Amino acid sequence: MVAINLWSSLTRFTDGARVVEVEAETVGGALDGLVAAHPGLAPIIEAGVSVVVDGEIAPNRHAQLPEGAEVVLMQRLKGG
Amino acid sequence: MAKDEFKEFKLVGTRPDRPDGLDKVTGRARYGADISAPGMLWAAVLRSPHAHARIVKIDTSKAEALTGVKAVITRADFPTGLTGEDWNLQENTMAGERALYDGHAVAAVAATSKLRAEEAVRLIEVEYEVLPHVIDVDDAIKPDAPVIREGAADATVPEGMPPNVVRYMEFGRGDVEAGFAEADLVMEKTYKTEATHQGYIEPHACMGQLGADGKGEMWVCTQGQWFIRKMCTAVLGLETAQLRVTPSEIGGGFGGKTTIFMEPLSLALSKKAGGKPVKLVMSRSDVLRATGPTASASMDVKIGMKKDGTITGARAEFRMQGGAFPGSPVDMALYCAFAPYKLTNVEHVGYDVLANRPKCAAYRAPGSPMGAFAVESLLDEMCRELDVDPLDMRLKNAVREGDTASYGPKYGSIGLVETLEATKAHPNLSIPLGPNQGRGIAAGYWFNHNGETSVSMAISEDGTAQVSVGTPDIGGSRASIALMTAETLGIPYEDVRVNVVETGALGVNEPTHGSRATFASGKAAVIAAGHAITEMCKRAANEWGIDPEAVEWVDGAAQPAGDNAGKFPPMSIAEIAGKMGSTGGPISGHHESVPEGVGASFGCHVVDVEVDPETGRTTILRYLVVQDAGRAIHPAYVEGQYQGGAAQGIGWALNEAYIYGDDGRLQNTVFLDYRVPVASDLPMIDTVIVEVPNPGHPYGVRGVGETGITPPLPAIANAIQEATGARLCELPMSPPKVLAAIKAKGG
Amino acid sequence: MSKVHVTTSVNGDEVEFLADPRETLLDCLRDHIGLTGSKEGCGTGDCGACSVTLDGTLVCSCLVLGVEADGKRVETIEGMADGAELHPLQRKFIEHAALQCGFCTPGILVAAKKLLETNPNPTEEEVRYWLAGNLCRCTGYDKIIRAVMDAAAELRQEAA
Repeated sequence: MVAINLWSSLTRFTDGARVVEVEAETVGGALDGLVAAHPGLAPIIEAGVSVVVDGEIAPNRHAQLPEGAEVVLMQRLKGG
Repeated sequence: MAKDEFKEFKLVGTRPDRPDGLDKVTGRARYGADISAPGMLWAAVLRSPHAHARIVKIDTSKAEALTGVKAVITRADFPTGLTGEDWNLQENTMAGERALYDGHAVAAVAATSKLRAEEAVRLIEVEYEVLPHVIDVDDAIKPDAPVIREGAADATVPEGMPPNVVRYMEFGRGDVEAGFAEADLVMEKTYKTEATHQGYIEPHACMGQLGADGKGEMWVCTQGQWFIRKMCTAVLGLETAQLRVTPSEIGGGFGGKTTIFMEPLSLALSKKAGGKPVKLVMSRSDVLRATGPTASASMDVKIGMKKDGTITGARAEFRMQGGAFPGSPVDMALYCAFAPYKLTNVEHVGYDVLANRPKCAAYRAPGSPMGAFAVESLLDEMCRELDVDPLDMRLKNAVREGDTASYGPKYGSIGLVETLEATKAHPNLSIPLGPNQGRGIAAGYWFNHNGETSVSMAISEDGTAQVSVGTPDIGGSRASIALMTAETLGIPYEDVRVNVVETGALGVNEPTHGSRATFASGKAAVIAAGHAITEMCKRAANEWGIDPEAVEWVDGAAQPAGDNAGKFPPMSIAEIAGKMGSTGGPISGHHESVPEGVGASFGCHVVDVEVDPETGRTTILRYLVVQDAGRAIHPAYVEGQYQGGAAQGIGWALNEAYIYGDDGRLQNTVFLDYRVPVASDLPMIDTVIVEVPNPGHPYGVRGVGETGITPPLPAIANAIQEATGARLCELPMSPPKVLAAIKAKGG
Repeated sequence: MSKVHVTTSVNGDEVEFLADPRETLLDCLRDHIGLTGSKEGCGTGDCGACSVTLDGTLVCSCLVLGVEADGKRVETIEGMADGAELHPLQRKFIEHAALQCGFCTPGILVAAKKLLETNPNPTEEEVRYWLAGNLCRCTGYDKIIRAVMDAAAELRQEAA
């Protein structure tokens, strides 16, 4: 199980949960698990999010989630 | 990684001449508008004079009848059915049913000369039904504001929000109310910043060619040729790979050239004109009215602080308008607002709001300067109130490696404490100030973006190396990438040529944005050079008849790794390269990835100002930028980023703003009225490069390009308060506003 | 509008072109004689990227009509180096990293050359005010000012 920290306005879609636990070994698996548990999150995930694993933005969906990793969902980062 | 480990470098950290220097001091370098082609047509664009209007009818017949006019296009010439950001880009390129801002394109012409195209544009007749408009973000968020677009809100916006709110976010942790209860002082204020433009001196320019077969070419000034390719083909319904985009030299971008504004028009006109190349160059007023700018912001900040300067709780609610389309950087502004501080109780709320203004684009650390203006201004006032030294307060609350960032994740290696300590030690802080003078301090933060990166390098027959990168060189990145490649290969800097290549030559690259070029393309070039080294070691091993594992690469040559490997004299890169045709063919290396290991950069600025109490005019007396570069590959260009960022921030703080009339028209559409800092406005800008190496990069690089624009806004506000006793909470802090603030406090 | 035949001298070479009377000198340099080193940043004389000299006077070529160049001497960035030998200002700009994007550089070099011809020993303040009509958005001017001061020092030694 991996615990995914959401930004708090997403709690509208997760019955109030700020942290959602899903069964996943990869970043992609975690996102799919999130949507499966809370389908209301689908448009937000599809619009693009950054997944931060242990302080580092995950490079792709196949990135592994180490046991006990800190996973934080952020809005997609961009720059000038 | 300790700094001492970097002592061995021969080239990294030196200041050689940039490879493109000669072209750029002789006028030979070719920018967006500097190319022409046989049979080329010139384009001109008709733009809406109204902030918000329904387009009832467009009559192009007179323009079409003019001699020399080869094509006239309106939105009717574009494909339909686009959705999401593709639709936004198309709608912004050419208005559909309604013009959404003053300057919104409504038609375009291609003709045999520039003057003829401009004449033809004047012959196009447009019937408008003018609609109510809204410009200010606080007006736009009112429930009864004119609605810019129905249905533009995304899934983040709860039911019942005002109609122009298109994105909404809350995030944070802990209990801010409990945090405020713990504090000795709680202060809350509202801040406003006006939109500013990136102000690159080169207007957008391109030459596009598109045939009836759907194959096209484009020459364009851009920060990212693949973004141009993707966006143009999406807007025009083309296959992506059929458009080849070549980046020109670029006359500044600062984020404003990471997207399209008028590029698809040249392609659509070309196609309609039978495939002739079409050149389209914006005027300065086109640039100010219809490209760039950044968002304007209205921000509430509340902070609780103990007597010793410890921050106990912090809350920010930011409202930003990014024009008539979703996409203001309110999210990034919130992420950066409290990023320098270790907080247990923090709450962020953000609204992305539509208004009748041009579609905002990224501008250097998008959002961060506004957030810093609000937060760093309030912190400074609280330090004054509690008589706490503002640098000590920042050191007390500063984040360190392993701390949880205000925006969620844990920090890796960061250099904020080192940056603040270097600031504290700087002699500028002990220079005495005179009457009407004040000193202001502020910190700032920006991320380092990774992004899709593809780099290829090849060894030439004489042992020199060429590197192909996809990130346009805006501020000397060819030099830094050449330095890192040469260092890795063990060859002279001059033996490496770095080329910025077209979309056909590499895999997809994100633009030069997010402070990523030296980090991402540099890291990929180093890895690619490593592949070439492995191959060269193998070639030498084959010559010597030993195991490739027994060969090492030292100072630009293969040599046996120790006596057991065999006794052979080193084989230089030139020897190996000279024989490569007969030893296995070309030697090259490439690397494709979204590189991991980004390194964020904190900065701290100190400014001394003098305010004329008679006029309210602020003069910058001296300016200091201290920032963590991780490792400065070419220190002169790192200093250049620091100084340039500071100058843009100074302009934003004191002068620059989008000024609209009651009719919703932009009133300052030329540089005389949109006044960016000139040489006589500024002093020398002192810099200190702090080096806390980024362990995620082979040479320790952090992204340095953006952080520097963030601290000037609050630092100058803080200095003005010290000089005058008046606190400015709205930008720009122009002489009339400063004077009014001085008078309001009875000074 | 019928075109006007213009004969002028550009960087010492005799040049002829046909100009629409509405075209600026900058348009004519760039589009008729292929000298694209002078840049258009604003078209209103505010940015200085199009700086050239006309009979020795520093002008914004976007504010001069092409037909006005008839019979006059025009000097542009393309004529600044002596063959392969760069002008000291050009060398110092590279040495001091006084350019980032390089778009304003030709205009600044032309303006700075005129400054040093007028005043071989300018103070920092004089350099700043002379170049106040040349916008640079990348550098914050620091390295530009240093490069000009350094070039001035070098030129004075040569003259001495």
